[in-house]
Amino acid sequence: MMDVPWPDEPPVLGPGQTFGSMTDTIADAVLTRPIGLGWLAGLAIGMGLVAILMAAVTYLFLIGVGIWGINIPVGWGFAIINFVWWIGIGHAGTLISAILLLLKQTWRNSINRFAEAMTLFAVACAGMFPLLHMGRPWLAYWMFPYPSSMGVWPQFRSPLVWDVFAVSTYATISAVFWYVGLVPDFATMREKASHPLTKKVYGILGLGWRGSARHWKRYEALYILLAGIATPLVLSVHTVVSFDFAISIVPGWHTTIFPPYFVAGAIYSGFAMVLVLAIPIRHYYHLESMITMRHLQNSAKIMLATGLIVAYGYFFEAFIAFYSGSTYERFMMQNRWFGPYAVFYWSLILLNLVIPQVLWVPKIRANTAWLFLISLVILVGMWLERFIIIITSLSRDFLPSSWGHYVATRWDYAIFFGTIGFFAAAIFIFIRIMPAISIFEMRTLLPEAEVKAK
Amino acid sequence: MNHAPLSPAIYGILAEFDSSTDLVYAARAAYAAGYRKMDAYSPFPIEEASEAIGFHKTRVPLIVLLGGLLGGLSGFGLQYWINVISYPLNIGGKPYDSWPAFIVPTFEMTILFAGLAGVFGMFALNGLPMPYHPLFNVDRFSDVTRDKFFLCVEAADPQFDLVDTQRFMESLKPLSISEVPH
Repeated sequence: MMDVPWPDEPPVLGPGQTFGSMTDTIADAVLTRPIGLGWLAGLAIGMGLVAILMAAVTYLFLIGVGIWGINIPVGWGFAIINFVWWIGIGHAGTLISAILLLLKQTWRNSINRFAEAMTLFAVACAGMFPLLHMGRPWLAYWMFPYPSSMGVWPQFRSPLVWDVFAVSTYATISAVFWYVGLVPDFATMREKASHPLTKKVYGILGLGWRGSARHWKRYEALYILLAGIATPLVLSVHTVVSFDFAISIVPGWHTTIFPPYFVAGAIYSGFAMVLVLAIPIRHYYHLESMITMRHLQNSAKIMLATGLIVAYGYFFEAFIAFYSGSTYERFMMQNRWFGPYAVFYWSLILLNLVIPQVLWVPKIRANTAWLFLISLVILVGMWLERFIIIITSLSRDFLPSSWGHYVATRWDYAIFFGTIGFFAAAIFIFIRIMPAISIFEMRTLLPEAEVKAK
Repeated sequence: MNHAPLSPAIYGILAEFDSSTDLVYAARAAYAAGYRKMDAYSPFPIEEASEAIGFHKTRVPLIVLLGGLLGGLSGFGLQYWINVISYPLNIGGKPYDSWPAFIVPTFEMTILFAGLAGVFGMFALNGLPMPYHPLFNVDRFSDVTRDKFFLCVEAADPQFDLVDTQRFMESLKPLSISEVPH
């Protein structure tokens, strides 16, 4: 399974690197690089959106979810669309850090750190929505099984309760996996930092790591085991998210294809977000010799593959709708194609299925501007997919007399764009205070790292 | 070698090397010479280094397994106790012990406990966090987080002798040799 490059493929690591030079390049981007105007502007935009988010959430808590476009029959709306979209984006980070580690795809070593950070921030954005959607978010702890004075417990036969367990476990394991990976790098930062306060902070975070062979042995054993348990975990998370739909009897939701199709879609949008972050980061921080074209091309190929699985999902949704012989399923599909939301459905097909096919062309995979644009297109497409699944099915289910129409309000948009700002601001802060590339794992990529016979 | 003091004034002798290969060969030589209380230090994991100093097995996988078992059992036990014993509630005629519905939280609890047990177990076995360590007294040792490799033979080793051990370590042709004060 080793990743052997073709003769004309770009390398995983640029030429002329040493242990020291890689350490300096990655650490100096945090420690000595002056704060640039571009970074400040990016952070300002992110924080501006966070301010809008705070205002919208405050208003939401004062008035209630009635400020959103949701109403019966469409009770889920933007909150659940955004929840599924964000949690899906997070999945690529775990895929890169865990599954590619198990498959010995060492090219992942330069992108796993910020992909894991992306996972954490995406899960944080995702986690906000169910809480905000609750109506009474101050009672959110009712979701957890605790011995309450009311004597009642969560309903464990409900996929919504499964989701609480899946998402909170995912957030916890992602956070510890990320931190464990950071400890040896914090030790590097501790030794490289010149300001006493910075030294102290990195020193505390680094836990006094000293690179002992005994420590490394236990560390590596744990790291591979964490990857081993994170792999079924990440697959379970979007499976459970899809159960929120598949276990109901709503037309268009009650299908067995949902779990694999949701997981593939999650990885699809997640890699799109990885590229949206990696392309500017490698450019502005001059990391082209570590995040090479190879990484971008491999990510593009994974997007292409998962995009085809998603396409298969769309095809079978349509096929089964007619093959099932169920009037409601058939109507659901006709409603998607020709109903009030048809323009969203066909945009979804265009953005998610048609346009990404240009990734078959090697020249486009080798062009960062194209990759960036296509990744944005896929992110929008995957958001539309969740919109179509949730809104078309809920707005017109069984009885025409109880049909409705969903229109999002400005508060829906404010909170959605607010979380995008939160995500962006978190990423901007992350790349200034932590090594955005795993330094110790990059060192293992050098040929000198191997023990040779003498 | 009975002239070595019982509580030596130093922590050990530290030799610096330029490559992982040199470190592993030096560690093997030290092990062959009979030293046991020693450790190799490197900027990235080197499988051969822990083998060379005679550290073959770690209990981390066992801790992860036990954590996973505990998590799975407590996850399922919690749901069973709630639904069958504490508050039996007839939901659509389903059995109280609807075990297939309990699989997802059981699985998630297994993963959660296995992961947390592993992380805390690994740090505990490694004795981390440890803000102070005698090795940090050696200035050159800071490069262990960058591009240098170190072998430290500890004074606690029964075979340790200030003069002999130092001579032995010089024979390994290191970049530098330092005494590590407490």
